Order: sequence, then structure tokens, then C-alpha cells
Amino acid sequence: MESKTLERSRPEADEATVTSGPNATAAVPGRFGAYGGRYVPETLMAALHELDAAYAEAQQDPSFSKELADLLHHYAGRPTPLYFAARLTEMLGGARIYLKREDLLHTGAHKINNCLGQGLLARRMGKKRIIAETGAGQHGVATATVCALFGMECIIYMGEEDMRRQELNVFRMRLLGAEVRGVSSGSATLKDAINEAMRDWVTNVRTTHYLLGSVLGAHPYPTMVRDFHRVIGIEARRQILEAEGRLPSAVLACVGGGSNAIGAFFEFIPDKDVRLIGVEAGGRGQALGEHASRFQGGSPGVLQGTYSYVLQDDAGQISNTHSVSAGLDYASVGPEHAALHDSGRAEYVAASDADALNATLKIARTEGILPALESAHAIAEAIRIAPKMNRDDILLVNLSGRGDKDMGILTRELNLQGA
Amino acid sequence: MAIQFQQKPGLVAYLTVGDPDLLTTKKVALAAIDAGADVLELGVPFSDPLADGPVIQRASQRAVRNGTTLANVLALAKDLRRERSHAGLVIFSYVNPILRMGLDAFAQSAELAGVDAVLVVDMIPEESDAYRAALRKHHLQPVFLVAPTSNDDRLKRVSEVSEGFIYAISRVGITGAQQQIAADARDLVTRLRRYTSLPIALGFGISSAAHVAAVAEYADAAVVGSAIVALIEQSTAEAAPDAVGAFIAGLRAQRPVEENVAS
Repeated sequence: MESKTLERSRPEADEATVTSGPNATAAVPGRFGAYGGRYVPETLMAALHELDAAYAEAQQDPSFSKELADLLHHYAGRPTPLYFAARLTEMLGGARIYLKREDLLHTGAHKINNCLGQGLLARRMGKKRIIAETGAGQHGVATATVCALFGMECIIYMGEEDMRRQELNVFRMRLLGAEVRGVSSGSATLKDAINEAMRDWVTNVRTTHYLLGSVLGAHPYPTMVRDFHRVIGIEARRQILEAEGRLPSAVLACVGGGSNAIGAFFEFIPDKDVRLIGVEAGGRGQALGEHASRFQGGSPGVLQGTYSYVLQDDAGQISNTHSVSAGLDYASVGPEHAALHDSGRAEYVAASDADALNATLKIARTEGILPALESAHAIAEAIRIAPKMNRDDILLVNLSGRGDKDMGILTRELNLQGA
Repeated sequence: MAIQFQQKPGLVAYLTVGDPDLLTTKKVALAAIDAGADVLELGVPFSDPLADGPVIQRASQRAVRNGTTLANVLALAKDLRRERSHAGLVIFSYVNPILRMGLDAFAQSAELAGVDAVLVVDMIPEESDAYRAALRKHHLQPVFLVAPTSNDDRLKRVSEVSEGFIYAISRVGITGAQQQIAADARDLVTRLRRYTSLPIALGFGISSAAHVAAVAEYADAAVVGSAIVALIEQSTAEAAPDAVGAFIAGLRAQRPVEENVAS
């Protein structure tokens, strides 16, 4: 079988610049090349060490991985399908487009993978109070869901601007028993919600686990959250080999903090012929404050515990950002993406608000699939490049979430009222 | 220059530079020194002050909005050094503005300005090699924080890399005034003494003469931050220097009389 050959031919180890394997972490914990690390108030160091130790211990414990695997299968609905988008492929007339259907997971996005993992860890650590930040509300909903499942207290910090534009998810979180605390500082979006969650954690660190929702923050979060999402790429790589007998030309995913993207990319990193394409939010313009394209307009810096690309001004103040999608509307990006960017292993491009809205409309009407506005950015890039590619090229797009939450914005932006 | 506490307890006053404006901060700083502050922490306003409570958040936001930068803070330090040669000057910042300026460029201009020490809230010893090397090259003292959650290994580690003084956080939490000094504080300072002979300054939640007197029983200095920043917020720009001066003089009022000038 060709697929077997491909399995065997995979390199044994990843490049030093893009791995955080045991040796790398022993030397400098949580570094991805120059990026990552731990830039936090001293008060949090005890909790980070505790989390680090609990996670290391859990990884050695077969009962942990078994319980997580059971929950991912029976509760969350893994494995998710890899779906060949035949009509979209035909319409674009180029590369064959496959969609990894993370939108079909319980709670409607990939976020549940990480929430189940961290929920189990919190239980191991004996922490019964969970806090989390959320942008689009998908991580908040997944956290609230896991807290309901495990009987834990749940507090979600969410920017007031995001509460307005993702109102349905606010109601879902409350229905699930979570307390949603609005944050009005700054631009009242994801970054401000993380600041407030960090302040809560600094204050209640002895009883509370911070269930961070992306590959951001201080070590061990970027590594741990990536590990919980690796299942996306592990499944997708196997599925595409089953379907096509070969690897894709490129894997595409949207990048806010970058959790769904790193989950989709990671298994493919050793497959040098597979392009990895991260799609950032191009927003509505190229000026600082009009987008969230960290790799276009940002520079290395520290935001919220980690060293990575950051949108900032000349004095080091963090810029405001804009995106039609709340989940991509963030001034920094996961440090492992920064390393993948600098090493050239992954490419990062931007799709504008308009591109994402057009992509939503296109895939809804050719495939009957309503993607989250975040995921629509990845689809937009696939729509852009597929026609220029050969018919035997394959694009694997991570459809990270579903778009029901965005109906308010879509109704307004696409003039659906009485159209 | 090295940080020195001339009196016991020493008094450290924190100001968010640029709130409400640079000129007012300068006048307040001079008033604070003249009223008996041994050391000034010159707070660099940052857009995302995640270790700070509402009072300093609001001050930072005002200062960022009116365009205050790290370069402005260093220029202010230079002015203050020229006018008050004896006061200890500490740059108090989040790490990003310093990285943006460049570690060496920052340390060089801080040295030229006559700054004594630097405290970066989100810099832990493990990440600090390059940072400390830059400070050392320019004769600046790195001040690190310890918290009630720090175990003895961490206290040891912080003691090994700190110079000037060590900042002990009185309680688990963010900055801001409180009614009483947490019981955590005394225990933390006692544990820390085993690892260091540096002066220990206790901060977070200290806002009255009674607090300062209580801190004097076991720590070398008290840091007063949010209470001063709140006073500035409530005052007009014209009244702020006198108000802060009187407040700081008042903090000294209950200083135990038997204490002599410390070395």
C-alpha cells in the first residue's frame, strides 16, 4: 500500500526549530525557536509548575489518555469526517478540496478537544473552579459544556463587543450554567478578556484552573493545547491517505491564536512537500488597528505571557485589532506559529472580512455547509488558490467550526433580511 | 548608583508616569521625594497591565492615551535625578515596551538618566539572562518580585538574581488597596530572609500609616502604589503634588520612634 510506505518514510524527529520535545523543553521550557517562554507575574509561577507537572504525569498515565479518548469519541463525536467538497471543487476547476469537519464536533468547533483534556487535568489537580476567556464564544461554550459535564464552577470572561456580536453563544454559556463576565476595557475583545482572566487567576490561583483556549500564554499552555488538538491532523492525515492514497498539496487553517491551525498542521510538519498555510484576519484595511495580520504588520514582542509576533506601535503599546470574526480578532499569535513562520515551514497569508463573507456564501450554496466566520477565512484562501492549481492537487482545509453563532452578522452583512 | 533605604521603614512610592500628564508626574515625584519617599518607582504605562487592579489600569489607560512612552519615562527620570540626587529611581514596567526599545538601548539610556534599578512585572528569573546582562553592563540593579505562592526554591532563585532590594508581594492578587495586610506577608518575608541579605520591600495593598507601621515590624520598606495613584486621580493636576506630599508625610507619621537610621 502506498499509504504504508508514506507512513514509514516519515522522518523520526522534527526540526529543532519547530519542536518542543523533551530535550528542548528540558533546556528552555516552552521555547519554539526564539519564541514562547514564560513572561508572567511571579504569583502565577507556582500554578504553572503545578500544571506542568500534572500534565507530564497525565501523559504517562494510560488511564488519562483512555478517558480522554473515550470522551472524544462517545461525547464529542470523534473522529470527524474528512469530506470531499465535490461541487466546490468543480466550481473552482482546480485543486481537489477536502474539508476536515471539526464543525461537526459537539459544541460546534474544535475547541472541545482542548477543553476535555484540560477539564480532566483540572480534576486531577483537584481544582473545582474553572475560568476561561472567549472571543467568538466557541471556547466559552466548550468550557461551559465541560464544566457542566464534570460538575465544576465556570466563569467566562468575554469582551463586551464580542458579547454583542456573538450573543447566541453568550446565551448558550448561561444555559450551561456558566457565569459570563463582560469586559469593557481596551477594545472589549479577546485580548481584554484574557487580561481579565489573568487577573482573576492571579487572585484565585490556589483554587482555580485557567482553561486557556488557544496555543497562547505562558508555557506549558502552547504545547499542551497543541497536544490536545493534534488529533485533528492525526485523523486528517490518515483519512486523506485512505481517500487519495497520497498526501495533500497543502493544509489550510485560519489562525487567531492558532489552536485549530497547529492541530491541523502538526502531523504534517515532517512531510516537507505538504505546504502549511495559515490564514490570518485581513480585516478591512492594512493600517494598524484595521486587521489582525500579525505576520504582515506585527513584530516580535511579549503579550500575555508569551514571546511571539505582536501588533504594536513604536513604543511597544499593543494595537487594537479588527476582524469580522471575533475568534481571529487578537493582537498576537501562538509562539509555535511564529517559529514555523520564521523557519519558512509554514506560510501565513491574510483574508479580508469581505473575502471571508464571500467564502461563507459560496460554500453555503455549493456544499450546504455554514462555516464559522473564522473558518471561512481558510476557505477563502482555498477558493483563491485552488483555480490556479492542477486538478490532481489536493487542498485540505480545516473547517474548524460551524457558523450558527454568526447568523446575526451574516444577516446584516449579506443582506439576508427579506432578500 | 545603588538603591539605599535611609530610614526604617524605607518608603517606596509608585507613580504611573503621564497620569494625568508628564509635568504633573514630575511635580508629584518631587513632592513625594521631599515628603520622605526613599525610592520612586516610575511606572511605564502599558496598554495591557494584566497584573494591575482597576486604579492602576485606569491610570495606565489615561497615560497611554495621552501618548506617554518609555522614552518619556526615561526623560523624566533624568530630570528627577538632576533635581534630587539622593532619591532611588526604579523603572517599573511590563516587559514589552522595554523589548520594543531594545534591551541594550533601554539600559543605556536608563544609565544615562541616572536610574538605579529596573523592575519588570512579567519578567521571571528563568527568562532574564539577556535582560540582566544588559542591566549589568549599564550598572543597573535588577529587582525581582516574590509572591506568597513562591516556594522556597523560587525564593532562593529570586534571591540569587536580585540586586538593590527584593519586592515581596503581600498577598495573592493584583495591585490595589485593601483594609489589612494579609497574614501571608509576614510568613513570606520570614521565609525570604533565609535566602537573602538584601532589603525586602513589601507591596500590594499598603495605603495607610498603620499599614506602614505594621510592615516595619518585619520588612525593610513599604511600597505604596494604588493609594497614591488613586489620590492623583481624585485630585486636580494643580492640587496633586501637595496632596501626595501630605499623604506620604502622613505615612511616616506613625513611624516607630525607637527606630534609628539604618545603614
